[in-house]
Amino acid sequence: MNVTKEEYKQMADKASPGSTYGKNLFFAFVIGGAICTLGQFLVNLFLQYGNELKDARAWTSIALIGLSAILTALNVYDNIAKYAGAGTIVPITGFANSIVSPAMEFKSEGYIIGMGGKMFVIAGPVLVYSATASIIYGLIIWFFKLY
Amino acid sequence: MPSRVGKYTMSLNNKPIILGYAGVVGKKESEGPLGEYYDQSHKDTSLGESSWEKAESRLQTEAVSLALNKAGIEKTDVDCIFAGDLLNQCISSTFGLRSLNIPFLGQYGACSTMAQTLAIASIFTEAGAAKRAVAVTSSHFCSAERQFRFPLEYGGQRTPTAQWTATGSGAAIIGSPTDNQSSKNSQIHVEALTFGRITDFGVKDANNMGAAMAPAAAQTLEDYLNDTGTTPMDYDMILTGDLGYIGSQLMEELLMKDNIDISAVHNDCGIMIYDRNKQDVHAGGSGCGCSGAILCSYIMQQMEAGKLHNVLFLGTGALMSPTSSQQGETIPSVAHLVYLKA
Repeated sequence: MNVTKEEYKQMADKASPGSTYGKNLFFAFVIGGAICTLGQFLVNLFLQYGNELKDARAWTSIALIGLSAILTALNVYDNIAKYAGAGTIVPITGFANSIVSPAMEFKSEGYIIGMGGKMFVIAGPVLVYSATASIIYGLIIWFFKLY
Repeated sequence: MPSRVGKYTMSLNNKPIILGYAGVVGKKESEGPLGEYYDQSHKDTSLGESSWEKAESRLQTEAVSLALNKAGIEKTDVDCIFAGDLLNQCISSTFGLRSLNIPFLGQYGACSTMAQTLAIASIFTEAGAAKRAVAVTSSHFCSAERQFRFPLEYGGQRTPTAQWTATGSGAAIIGSPTDNQSSKNSQIHVEALTFGRITDFGVKDANNMGAAMAPAAAQTLEDYLNDTGTTPMDYDMILTGDLGYIGSQLMEELLMKDNIDISAVHNDCGIMIYDRNKQDVHAGGSGCGCSGAILCSYIMQQMEAGKLHNVLFLGTGALMSPTSSQQGETIPSVAHLVYLKA
């Protein structure tokens, strides 16, 4: 074959279509925005029932996590996410899906090694690096006496 | 015995024959353009089993049973079985075929496994090492997703270059034409084989396997054409499996650089298995059950019906693992060629 690796890379890049950013951004905005609007609606609802803002927000997180866990279990969440992309991954709903979906998938290897062991296979890095980031943040606050 | 032709090709002088063949698929595949040609289609992706691995194993069991039935032979008449799939340690093959009591040799060639098993089974029968041998492969979308990618219900987006692992299995029974009992009803002969060399053109994206495999397919085809002194127009079909849309286009472009035009006779199992407009499979199908099911149903049926006479089947495999991809390695690929004549 008369082609170098560099030439082939150019050929392959040309032949391989990239993601359709316009469409992806649009659906991420609309569906992600809809989830956030639902969140605000829930906050207002919980406030109306006499909760303080802090509690209303906590209840809203719980409600959204519960809802996305149920939608994942009903095999619906991934069908929305296929169009929504970052719109369903970035809100707290994406985090719930990333824990529930491996829990469902690896149940066939048992409740301990399978479901328990693999439950955080996707969310694990998020937890590790968010905890690390919060420690660094805390140290900066402490060293520079910003509290 | 086989004789070497040129550097890479083997000509089979006894011309082993295909005694029986069968393709079994899942729901999505049965809804594809070739749905009516498969020997069996399952509406339930789990096949009623408790795990995806068990479901895939059953695909192999069924494909081999159906092929044996069509060949009119018993499992005790088979000397050797060559089987492979995509799962770690090839468990679909071992678990699916463990009850057959046939000498078993597991194979791994990723999506090239159908060509690999068919070629080795043909050499065994050609050389007289086996009177009858079976070649079988399988893949299952759900078992492949959980091993290579994400859980099924994870809300991720597939890239446009990603291929859809087909749920299916294909089995072929290869017999020696000198064996009178077995040569009664077959027309398909295995004429020649070319085992491919590993190529690596630096593609790293595991979601673009077609691009990684295209150079391997082009190289093996060029080797075969050089060795035999034939041209693409000497064949009714050059069937790759499974480059998908992107890989197929790249393979044709690579060959055009060497003035080999296959566009008139080239087709790809990854393109044939799904309807791209209706089935949301992005760059086409993949998996060794894809080429297995199509070769061992539609293609062989067309050959027996006299609609196809000379078919070059090129199984293409991307030989990476999730570990190698995570370590940033490129994707080595291989393609094996089997020349079928009816």
